[in-house]
Amino acid sequence: MAVLVFPENWDGKFKKLSFELVSYASKVADMLGDQAIVVSIGNVEAGELGKLATYGADKIISIENSALNALDDQAYAGMIAEVAQKVNASVVVLSNNNTGKALAPRLSVRLKAGIASGVGKLPVSTTPFVVNKKVYSGKAFANVEIKTPVRIITLAQNSFEVIESPKPVVIEKSDIQPDQGLMKIKVNDVQKLAGKILLTDADIVVSGGRGMRSPDNWGPLVEMAELLGAGTACSRPVSDEGWRPHDEHTGQTGKIIAPNLYFAIGISGAIQHLAGISSSKYIVAINTDKDAPIFEAAQYGIVGDASKVLPKLVEKLKEIKSK
Amino acid sequence: MKILVCISNVPDTTTKVKFVDELKKLDVNGIQWVINPWDELALTRALELKDDAANGIQSVTVAHVGLSTSEPTIRKALAIGADDAIRVNTESGDAYSVAAQLAEVLKNENFDIILCGIESSDHNGSTVGGMLAEFLRVPSVTCVSSLKFENGQPVVSREIDGGKEGLSLPVPFVAIVQKGIAKEPRIAAMRGIMSARTKPIKVYEPQAIDNLTEVVNYEMPKPRAACKYVDAENAGQLIDLLQNEARVF
Ligand SMILES: Cc1cc2nc3c(=O)[nH]c(=O)nc-3n(C[C@H](O)[C@H](O)[C@H](O)COP(=O)(O)OP(=O)(O)OC[C@H]3O[C@@H](n4cnc5c(N)ncnc54)[C@H](O)[C@@H]3O)c2cc1C
Ligand SMILES: Nc1ncnc2c1ncn2[C@@H]1O[C@H](COP(=O)(O)O)[C@@H](O)[C@H]1O
Repeated sequence: MAVLVFPENWDGKFKKLSFELVSYASKVADMLGDQAIVVSIGNVEAGELGKLATYGADKIISIENSALNALDDQAYAGMIAEVAQKVNASVVVLSNNNTGKALAPRLSVRLKAGIASGVGKLPVSTTPFVVNKKVYSGKAFANVEIKTPVRIITLAQNSFEVIESPKPVVIEKSDIQPDQGLMKIKVNDVQKLAGKILLTDADIVVSGGRGMRSPDNWGPLVEMAELLGAGTACSRPVSDEGWRPHDEHTGQTGKIIAPNLYFAIGISGAIQHLAGISSSKYIVAINTDKDAPIFEAAQYGIVGDASKVLPKLVEKLKEIKSK
Repeated sequence: MKILVCISNVPDTTTKVKFVDELKKLDVNGIQWVINPWDELALTRALELKDDAANGIQSVTVAHVGLSTSEPTIRKALAIGADDAIRVNTESGDAYSVAAQLAEVLKNENFDIILCGIESSDHNGSTVGGMLAEFLRVPSVTCVSSLKFENGQPVVSREIDGGKEGLSLPVPFVAIVQKGIAKEPRIAAMRGIMSARTKPIKVYEPQAIDNLTEVVNYEMPKPRAACKYVDAENAGQLIDLLQNEARVF
């Protein structure tokens, strides 16, 4: 038996999310007394694969093929299912990100495995197999029993700490190939925003709402984000109005994020907004209205005008930087 | 071409959820049920595509797994503009059973494009669409933010980390949609509401399919510590607190 984890790579490199996944799988494997086995798909350098051992992987199975550079839901799921059967996996762990959402449901059908998605903690118990997951967009949690011999977990990003527990690792090049008959998706064009910190990867996020008053007032907010190495985000009306790009919109109908620190500036804290950010470790609210609901979700708050407060914060951060 | 939109029936997003029966069940008292927001946008997009005759869309159907108590939600979808509906008459169980019930019915139909939402706002599964595609053995694309027709063929774009990918794939396929698929949900006009009453809802009896998962109980989130206020005049103090107390940078 084994816990199988798919850590995904980005242009041949792993990142923090991959290490969170392997750390999590390795701890679940400890609970079950099983091995943690990684399945990697696509061309990845040996050095990159070796890094995964730092987080407790016992074995790495690498499927390398340059035809696998773009995600094809059906073909990828087929290969992971094949590995899962080969290693007799009792648990399969993926991320609850775009890729995980594409693959986990297909694996569930292929392996007749119950699934719990958006899990943030280690299983509550292993017999019966119960995990805790977010429901109602963060307004509650559910303890879900997965009743099948194989279980699939998708892990919420930034919810599980990276844990170093280096092990000697076996790297095995697999001869599994994608089923060409299943590869039906043709990629016509790729557009990437270069140099921007991905919202889902950012440890700190600075976000503005309608209280920013105008698209011309974003200068100090962006400057603060740069000083903090933070991502920038916004509420839905702000992206709807075209004040900020759509990929910055957080909330129920936008991105769901869980940074360590979230600044909500001129954001009222509507329940649909909170749905996307309530898992943040710390929330800071800056708002002119002392009764704005965002203060109920926040640990730190300033009742004040963003246009006056932001320059003060920027000034202070610069002062710290110059020391 | 025929489009199907799978819709789930969820509590209005502003609902303050409560649980009863030793935290085993949702307290449905006073809950307003609505079409899952993503599904409403998917339906809107399907209708926009049908409006343009050049796309050659014959019909837009909605499908739902649920008891007759969710018929108001189906009628609302018909009022917005769907031509007809399919309902599988069983309590909506876990994602696997919902997808399996849908697949049983759909394998005898010939929809070209099946649209699902990226997640239901109740159990936040993000799983029914992908499962349905696998049961039907058709390709799928997840995180779809645009669906249009070029030279009579559907093209989609999906969100990837830090960007977008434009894709084409043969029908039939499942597109699992998210932000961007449509701007604002289409609202039912008076004429739509009147005609919805007579539009057909085909009801299918369920297959014997087991749930693979079960909710043991629910928990409410732990209350957060009360907010600590910093005076706006001394805003810089906030940075000190974040650095030395919260230690976030
Ligand atoms: C189905 C559905 C889904 C939705 N999904 C989302 C979603 O994903 N994300 C989302 O954000 N919203 C979503 N919404 C919209 C949501 O309900 C709110 O309307 C929205 O979040 C409000 O945005 P806001 O806080 O920027 O604006 P407002 O609610 O207008 O709040 C502006 C705030 O700024 C404060 N303010 C004003 N001037 C200043 C100043 N000078 N300095 C500081 N503060 C100031 C005000 O006191 C107020 O609190 C959704 C709604 C529905 C119905
Ligand atoms: N009971 C249901 N009947 C029909 N479609 C559903 C049902 N539940 C979920 N779906 C579809 O699956 C999508 C994702 O739901 P979920 O996997 O539950 O998060 C929804 O947006 C719907 O399109």
